[in-house]
Amino acid sequence: MSYFGDIANATKTLLTGMKVTGKYFFVNFFTRKDVITVEYPDNIDTLKMFDRFRGEVVMYHDENNQHRCDACTMCELACPNGSIEIVWDKAINEETGKPKKFLEKHIYHLEMCTMCGLCIEACPADAIQWGQNFHHSTRDRASLTKVLNQPGSSFIPGYKNPKK
Amino acid sequence: MTANNTIITDFLMNEMHLTADLAFWVEIVVVAAVYLGVFAVLGLFLVWMERRVAAFFQLRLGPNRRGPAGIFQTVADALKLVSKELTGTEKRDRFLYTIAPYFVIVTALMALAVLPFSYELQAFDINLGVFFITSVSSVAVIGIFLAGWASNNKFSLIGGMRSGIQMISYELSTGMVIVAMAVLTGTLQLSEIVGYQQEHGWLILSGHIPAIIGFMIFMIAGTAESNRTPFDLVEAESELGSGYHSEYSGMNFAYYFLAEFVNMFIISAMAVILFFGAWLSPFGITDGIPYVGVIWFVIKTLGIVFVMMWFRWTFPRFRIDQLLTLEWKYLIPISMVNIVLMAIVVWLGLTF
Repeated sequence: MSYFGDIANATKTLLTGMKVTGKYFFVNFFTRKDVITVEYPDNIDTLKMFDRFRGEVVMYHDENNQHRCDACTMCELACPNGSIEIVWDKAINEETGKPKKFLEKHIYHLEMCTMCGLCIEACPADAIQWGQNFHHSTRDRASLTKVLNQPGSSFIPGYKNPKK
Repeated sequence: MTANNTIITDFLMNEMHLTADLAFWVEIVVVAAVYLGVFAVLGLFLVWMERRVAAFFQLRLGPNRRGPAGIFQTVADALKLVSKELTGTEKRDRFLYTIAPYFVIVTALMALAVLPFSYELQAFDINLGVFFITSVSSVAVIGIFLAGWASNNKFSLIGGMRSGIQMISYELSTGMVIVAMAVLTGTLQLSEIVGYQQEHGWLILSGHIPAIIGFMIFMIAGTAESNRTPFDLVEAESELGSGYHSEYSGMNFAYYFLAEFVNMFIISAMAVILFFGAWLSPFGITDGIPYVGVIWFVIKTLGIVFVMMWFRWTFPRFRIDQLLTLEWKYLIPISMVNIVLMAIVVWLGLTF
């Protein structure tokens, strides 16, 4: 290109670029329309994390306070760093008359968990799932050790994840 | 001492009963303190403005927590920098290393002193005003160059060398634009340049085509002179760490940081004085009222500062050879032709 053609072209393209960025600036300066910043502590009431967010492991409970965990300990075996401890016991099943395992405590050590998700992949009944809570900061390490099954909850048999 | 007493000397002599000599020196101290305050406030304000403007260009919000719209955020940052340890390389040249930031600040302050904020408010109305600003701001290169040299760090040295190349060569084209405008106004004194514009309208209208070409060159070269992003080869985070001030920490670093922003303000103020009528209001609506000119001056200057920030968040960076090609093959020949064009325009009386 010629010398003056270069200058004209440069001016034109620079102005084109300024038009694009200028549009973004003025639109956001006056309307805040496209602003993607999330002002975290202010929006704490309306903040909803997306479903795939890995905040913590929680146990699913239905409205009758029943969970799906039959204490198979697959998650405990799958966990690479021992974050899960399952306390179980055996009781006589009234229908069949045979002894059967039941869950006493599903103990989850959040302070050791790396959110790898292997326990959730291993669970055949989708008893444990991802929770979206991320407000984990605490002054006492002991409060990070959680019991996932709610007190007084019971086992609801029969659910199998069809994909597993 | 001086023939025409200012308000401050009058006040000191009549109300405080000081002698003329003492009043003169007290006035100097007062004005210097005021300008130091202006320097600090201006620097902090411009850093805040830069961050907010950058945020809106990038679809963010920027600092908005401390004070209204986050305006005290930079004050907090400066306080943090004051409290930090001053580190440095072990084999640095201690004398030059310590003295280097002050070159940059003092030159920025000296340039600030001659700016006509309004008809009444100009600390130092020298008859070579424009020339004084250009010569003083070229001394700032020494501060940056010394910082690069004295740090005893290769990256700093490369940054310092680049600043020498860049700032000196771009000062040529700003100088030539200023010459062209001086041809139009027939004076180098800043207050007289403003006076000319009061009579004939703003220079960008009065000088039409050569003035517009000159304004474009001045904006490009001014951005390069203040080492801002399309031309930030002196700092070059991606190549040189942070260039000449890699080895500076705490307040010494803050001096460079503030001086960079104040230099940007000075370049913008020069553009406003040379092309947009300094403190004159549009259509002369408030020209009779004293001190209102300050508001117009600051509004116009911040407008030009905004355009420079717009450049920064739009244009990609230069390579060092592209930088020099732009200056020596494009800007200097064009600005030389521009002087001739301006001379012809003035000679034929084609100005408005």
